[in-house]
Amino acid sequence: MTTEQTPYRVLIGKPGLDGHDRGAKFIARALRDQGFEVIYTGIRRTAAEIAATAIQEDVDVVGLSSLSGAHLRLFPEVVSELEARGGADIPVLGGGVIPDEDIATLLENGLTGIFTPGTPADTIISSFIEASQRHRDHDSSNK
Amino acid sequence: MTVPTSEQLLSGLKSHDPRAIGRAISVVENNGEGAAAILAGLDRDILQKVVVLGITGPPGAGKSTLSSGIVKNLRSAGKRVGIIAVDPSSPISGGAILGDRIRMMDHALDPDVVVRSMATRGRLGGLCASAGATVRIMAAAECELILIETVGVGQSEMDIVQLADITIMVLAPGFGDDIQAMKAGLLEVADFLVVNKSDQPGASGLIMDMEQTFSAKEEESGIARVLETVASENRGIRELLERVDRFNGYLLDSGLKEQRRSRALNAETLDWILEMLRPRFLQAMEKTSMENDPRIRAKELIRTTLRLHSTDTQE
Repeated sequence: MTTEQTPYRVLIGKPGLDGHDRGAKFIARALRDQGFEVIYTGIRRTAAEIAATAIQEDVDVVGLSSLSGAHLRLFPEVVSELEARGGADIPVLGGGVIPDEDIATLLENGLTGIFTPGTPADTIISSFIEASQRHRDHDSSNK
Repeated sequence: MTVPTSEQLLSGLKSHDPRAIGRAISVVENNGEGAAAILAGLDRDILQKVVVLGITGPPGAGKSTLSSGIVKNLRSAGKRVGIIAVDPSSPISGGAILGDRIRMMDHALDPDVVVRSMATRGRLGGLCASAGATVRIMAAAECELILIETVGVGQSEMDIVQLADITIMVLAPGFGDDIQAMKAGLLEVADFLVVNKSDQPGASGLIMDMEQTFSAKEEESGIARVLETVASENRGIRELLERVDRFNGYLLDSGLKEQRRSRALNAETLDWILEMLRPRFLQAMEKTSMENDPRIRAKELIRTTLRLHSTDTQE
């Protein structure tokens, strides 16, 4: 193995129809500044497109952003599309305008973490780092 | 899910399994366990049939749009395509934003378009060290044409020229002095020059200018090297691909392709030698005094370090 830690790879995707990607881009830049390699898909993607891209790019973690209110459908859809493509091990985090009462539902439906407009950036970043590291550990657990 | 073995990944390449292709590239890029086994197990013969096409140019010239257009044309001809999109890593954080995907999303659900975004990771050998292996993995996954796309600023475009069989430089009107500055370097090594956005003002002047620069090259092969495209409207791309195909034939017949390939393999090997030696020299350097001139110190370090560890091997 190399001595230096190899960068985590993350995919930031915006499923659904809303075109507001300021939050997604903010997180993308913040993650880059923490040493992540960030693959950004752009706006208005289907869950299948995001999952297929995550598999091709072999990312450690997927981050989704939705401001349209469709998160209850779109976020779990990405999780199941990933499962269908052999990527059940890839953690999915989500953020956006998400009412508190939806958070538990999303976590029950396969999301690893949910962030709302009030979540401090540091908390979001450390969740991405933790999720990526767990994914790496999981990968190397049977060495 | 358990971690796939190198054998599983290698057989996954043959069956076009996207997960296996992605994993294999990561294992090799990260120099992880099994990297050597994957590299050794790759089908070498298949590489002869593959065309590696480099696309470079200044930011905003339309490289990604052109690549996407090329992919669209190749897909309608039934070809399986690989794309390696290279972006620079931040020298401060080591991170990178890999945004070339945005213009590739039309092909996201096409199983015969294999895309991989790569960051340069500040390697000594730049692009070659990691992208070379990715080319071979994509070839083993039966991609017939492999595009490498990189921003033409600094060293990366020279790396791409080394790695690709055929290099396309994309320019657009309105870049002015930047293009003048590039003339001396990259324009001489690019095989094709594409003036994209050729429907915009200033295009005809740029084309004339470039034709002059390229006229000497054209005499060797009889293939015109300056083309116009409007990639966003899919104009001129089919002609570009026909020309690339003819040029590939010329390279094959003249033995130039083989020459270029051997040169690329040598360059990549040298990159790896330097990459592998680096940690050892960094370590050895700490123990020597800084009094000597760096060049004298380097010579001394090479003498002592290589002699002491001449039988060591490192993956």
